[in-house]
Amino acid sequence: MAAHLCYGRVNLNILREAARKDLREFLDKCAGSKAIVWDEYLTGPFGLIAQYSLLKEHEVEKMFTLKAGRLPPADVKNIIFFVRPRLELMDIIAENVMSEDKMQSPREFNILFVPRRSMLCEQRLKEQGVLGSFTNIDEYILDLIPYDGDLLSMECESAFRECYLENDQTSLYHTAKGLMTIQALYGTIPQIFGKGECARHVANMMLRMKREFAGSQTQILPVFDTLLLLDRNVDLLTPLATQLTYEGLIDEIYGITNGYVKLPPEKFAQKKQGEGGKDLPTEPKKLQLNSAEELYAEIRDKNFNAVGAALSKKAKIISAAFEERHNAKTVGEIKQFVSQLPHMQAARSSLANHTSIAELIKDITSNVLPTRLLPPLASETFFDNLTVEQEFMTGVDTDKVNTYIEDCIAQKDPLIKILRLVCMQSVCNNGLKQKVLDYYKREILQTYGYEYILTLNNLEKTGLLKPQTTTRNNYPTIRKTLKLWMEDANEQNPNDISYVYSGYAPLSVRLTQVLARPGWRSIEEVLKMLPGPHFEERQPLPTGLHKKRQQGENRTTLVFFLGGVTYAEIAALRFLSQMEEGGTEYIIATTKLINGTSWIKSLMDKPEVNI
Amino acid sequence: MAFVTATWNPLGEAFYRKTEVYEMGWRLSSGLRDCLVAAAPYGGPIALLKEPQRRSPSARPQLEIYSSSGCSMASFVWKSGVVKHLGWTVSDDLLCIQEDGTVLIYDLFGNFKRHFSMGNEVVQNQVLEAKVFHSPYGTGIAIITGAFRFTLATNIDDLKLRRLPEVPGLQGPPTCWAVLTQDRQSKVLLASGLDLFILDNTACSAVTPPGLSPQVCSIVQMCVSFSYKYLALFTDSGHVWMGSANLKEKLSEVETKVKTPPKQMVWCRRPKSHQPSVVMMWERHLLVAGECKETIQYKQMTCQVLIDRLVYRKLYPLAIEICRYLKTPEYQGVSRVLKHWACCKVQQKEESDEAIARAVSVKLAEAAGISYSEIASKAYECGRTELAIKLLEFEPRSGEQVPLLLKMKRSQLALSKAIESGDTDLVYTVVTYLKNEMNRGDFFMTLRNQPVALSLYRQFCKHQEQDTIKDLFNQDDDHQELGSFYVKASYKEKRLEARLSLLQSAVDEYNKAKNEFAAKATDEEMRLLRFQRRLEEEKGEQLLGLSLQDTLRVLLSVGLNKPAEQLYKDFRVPDKRYWWLKITALADKEDWDELEKFAKSKKSPIGYLPFVEVCVKKHNKSEAKKYISRVTPEQKVKAHLAVGDLEGAAEAAIERRSEAEISMVLSRCLSTTDRGLVDRLNRARSTTAKK
Repeated sequence: MAAHLCYGRVNLNILREAARKDLREFLDKCAGSKAIVWDEYLTGPFGLIAQYSLLKEHEVEKMFTLKAGRLPPADVKNIIFFVRPRLELMDIIAENVMSEDKMQSPREFNILFVPRRSMLCEQRLKEQGVLGSFTNIDEYILDLIPYDGDLLSMECESAFRECYLENDQTSLYHTAKGLMTIQALYGTIPQIFGKGECARHVANMMLRMKREFAGSQTQILPVFDTLLLLDRNVDLLTPLATQLTYEGLIDEIYGITNGYVKLPPEKFAQKKQGEGGKDLPTEPKKLQLNSAEELYAEIRDKNFNAVGAALSKKAKIISAAFEERHNAKTVGEIKQFVSQLPHMQAARSSLANHTSIAELIKDITSNVLPTRLLPPLASETFFDNLTVEQEFMTGVDTDKVNTYIEDCIAQKDPLIKILRLVCMQSVCNNGLKQKVLDYYKREILQTYGYEYILTLNNLEKTGLLKPQTTTRNNYPTIRKTLKLWMEDANEQNPNDISYVYSGYAPLSVRLTQVLARPGWRSIEEVLKMLPGPHFEERQPLPTGLHKKRQQGENRTTLVFFLGGVTYAEIAALRFLSQMEEGGTEYIIATTKLINGTSWIKSLMDKPEVNI
Repeated sequence: MAFVTATWNPLGEAFYRKTEVYEMGWRLSSGLRDCLVAAAPYGGPIALLKEPQRRSPSARPQLEIYSSSGCSMASFVWKSGVVKHLGWTVSDDLLCIQEDGTVLIYDLFGNFKRHFSMGNEVVQNQVLEAKVFHSPYGTGIAIITGAFRFTLATNIDDLKLRRLPEVPGLQGPPTCWAVLTQDRQSKVLLASGLDLFILDNTACSAVTPPGLSPQVCSIVQMCVSFSYKYLALFTDSGHVWMGSANLKEKLSEVETKVKTPPKQMVWCRRPKSHQPSVVMMWERHLLVAGECKETIQYKQMTCQVLIDRLVYRKLYPLAIEICRYLKTPEYQGVSRVLKHWACCKVQQKEESDEAIARAVSVKLAEAAGISYSEIASKAYECGRTELAIKLLEFEPRSGEQVPLLLKMKRSQLALSKAIESGDTDLVYTVVTYLKNEMNRGDFFMTLRNQPVALSLYRQFCKHQEQDTIKDLFNQDDDHQELGSFYVKASYKEKRLEARLSLLQSAVDEYNKAKNEFAAKATDEEMRLLRFQRRLEEEKGEQLLGLSLQDTLRVLLSVGLNKPAEQLYKDFRVPDKRYWWLKITALADKEDWDELEKFAKSKKSPIGYLPFVEVCVKKHNKSEAKKYISRVTPEQKVKAHLAVGDLEGAAEAAIERRSEAEISMVLSRCLSTTDRGLVDRLNRARSTTAKK
């Protein structure tokens, strides 16, 4: 079922099971057959908690997508709306309820709010005159969704935008609530560290909630030693850089949504004998990506340049395993061989899939092109882009208009690519000279359309793009102190986190690393240069719950990225967990898994052009 | 010692004796004959409604409540309508069900709490009979009306009336009926003669008890065990059928040899036996039937319920002592008792607000998890607003304070508390409330002092009230946001004139905001729109809505070079970008002569690699080669590679002694066909590497 959640240091399946139990209980509250009407946004995250089979066991017979107008016919006793608490959705629900055919046998209406009930929404339903039509109105507290054995996500796409652009801290409230749930299941976390305004706000809410629920303390031995809350805007640079781990690149190029990726089908054609491979599939190939797949768990966090070797090594092991059959002589040996077959076949198909994916990625990233020159030089673009990124990160010519960016704009390359580069230059230069900034902005508006002035405004508001206010550029100091650039990053056998970006060590993860050893006191200066306060809080434990650490036992830290985290950052944290002398294991939580593209996209405002 | 057994009476194979535990303290002059009686389970209170001695229109019945030992707890004249049934809830409240379906609720001291109705159908057809029942979902009420239809409420604290389906062919009242809880649903089991039916929310289904004696013509009495697991039926033939309540299994059947229906029939458990049995009572004798094979053991009354019961009886110190003795967690134990005490305390009219608030805070100071807002709510219900506010200040959960503060019209305070809680939904709720309560000016002023609320309200307006958001920005003199507001609005306009006028407003606002760049850019946009329209009118090209770059591209591709030139100059398009545009357009048209001419017109600001690339993109390598000689040495290798000239690329790379470039060329070579080249490059690379 969800075995991949149990392998880690912390059994995250407990959280998933708790969520499933709540879901079953709610479904049972609505006795009889049911149809679920889904807020489309929720189906992905729900898939991580429960499959259709669970719903079916509890008499869910039909599923629809929430949309205006009349509900589709379904001969069920209950209609259940699974929705986020949003006013626009309430209006649709009201319309659905009001246009219900009164002549039909009556269906009972129910609402399940995810993750929380909302007085505002119920008020809206009341104004629309339908509040009384609901038999059950309930909430399904789904804040943190177990994503993998060491990874939790709130799957809240707009969190960064809401917090840093719109000053709407709803997602932070849910974060605090989610952390309270975590503490209820895994014990009080005795130490809280944080950096950034949002981190401070979340910590304050947590401490307040703790006071509010004094008396209902859990008597659970703490699983986590430390919680580290990090604002995304403390490290705006990392998500802008192109991730160079295997998983990171899959996400950069194809996008991973709720643990699934859709890939171009050509390379996955089933080679059937006699057909000559003529029938190429046209549907995108959909694959689930998590640590339940042994091979994927092995290679996901490697630098892409080390994946090829890992795959060929695996191929040798698998074919050797298949060769074993020739050595199987006795009935017993053959029986044993046969019993291992399913596992070996699964490994072989997994290997085939990842070899195909690696080929797909290689076509795009590799500087090594086959002699066939056309179509366009995708790999060269990738390589040039990377070169510019690395120049910016090492501080080369960040104060001038960059020719490569200029050329890309002139050729009208995708706007998000341009924005990522310009923002990166701005961040690495602690703001751009007014003249340079205005030049870029003008180039963008003239090329892509004036409507993007709203997007540019947004980027400026969040600090991703800004004019230089002081002549002093902090970035080199930060880079040097935190060793953000490592000249000789070892991609094959890494000895430092910088391998995930082939040289650049993500700032956020460096902060995490320094916190564990030697502590933040050693980098006070740099912390002051980064936005927002840094702090430490302690939550007293009842006597008897103090952990008696065994010699050599690792500490467990929960790192919460407020506003999103990239796969490369996760890879870097996993690398730290595995370091023998590290002494700390990390569990990662976030509002949303992001990459530079999805992140910038969430900040864009593009009005529909009506003319 | 011989007398030890003297008080025991035989009952079948067993013996029983009656011992008086205590004497009932009440003095009932005429017994319980003309009374409605209800006793709460587990030795709870007993309620009696006595019909008046004399029958006259002015005579009213008397309601009396006694403790289980017969001490009077309340007594008053019943002034409401005709009561059909009395019953107790799980929390020791008395339910008085009237003929018209109105249900009045009293606490065990006879204080009126509230009332509700069982619905229109009941009002119309009146209550024929009612039953109060208990389930895991609380206390419920079932009613059969004069029209022989059932109405059911499973939980009176969360009232949802269900009218059960009609029983086909039912002409008169059923001979007997009972309420069952099965599959998380309350159902009615009824008998009409020999026919048995189960009524649930949607259907009426006929059922037959397995193995019922064939002599039976009618089922005249039934009862269900406390756990809803067992059912007993008494038939006109004098048989008692006992079985599982789902009617799937018969446990036993006993012939009583009594044909009159018993006055009362209940399930009980015999002392020192875990086997349930049925006890029946007639006027003169008692009969125990049973011996069910299956054993059951469960604890119905938990410590929790015990504490509750003490609390309802206001026996606070005793309750606290028991909690301490049982080491009940504070949250569920002592704190809860203290909360009840405080709720009672705030109703003491003779004491001052200060005194009560002090007393409550002193007593509750040490207790964890107290809900002060509940206590405050109680105070407010009793009309003591000031006391309520004082008490609320002790509430640690700011979110909990908000609803009551709003109810008490302390909306400003409610807003601060909502913000403090961090719960944005709560903030929204208060903001919506304030908006309806205040005039616009005051409302905006209030928000201005609360930035968190203001940003949330802005978000709300953005999706719900576009006009209000403009007013908000205006009041704050936020010209930057106003500018963006007009820009956004301009895109919603279909007519060009309207769009231009909105953009002009945006320019004005950006100017006021001293955002020179945005003002200029928006002005440029207006100029572009006008230019596009003019050109559309003159040349018939579809241009409106295109970006400047795309406009130029279209113009160049259709050969409208002059207007393109003009745009390039007017909008100060950088040379580099214009050159890119121009050569891409020419290559797209495959106008190679023009491209060559353009290359020679002046020195290219973008170099000559782009010339090579645009030709290659259109698959014209021979044209591409023309420009290679002009490409700078740094880009030469790339240019050679672009046209597929490995030799040239190798030459250039070796000449430049660049290890990276040599490797790049090497990576394009195939070891099979380019053998010689590979060797040369490898040699060159090793010499470069040595340096």
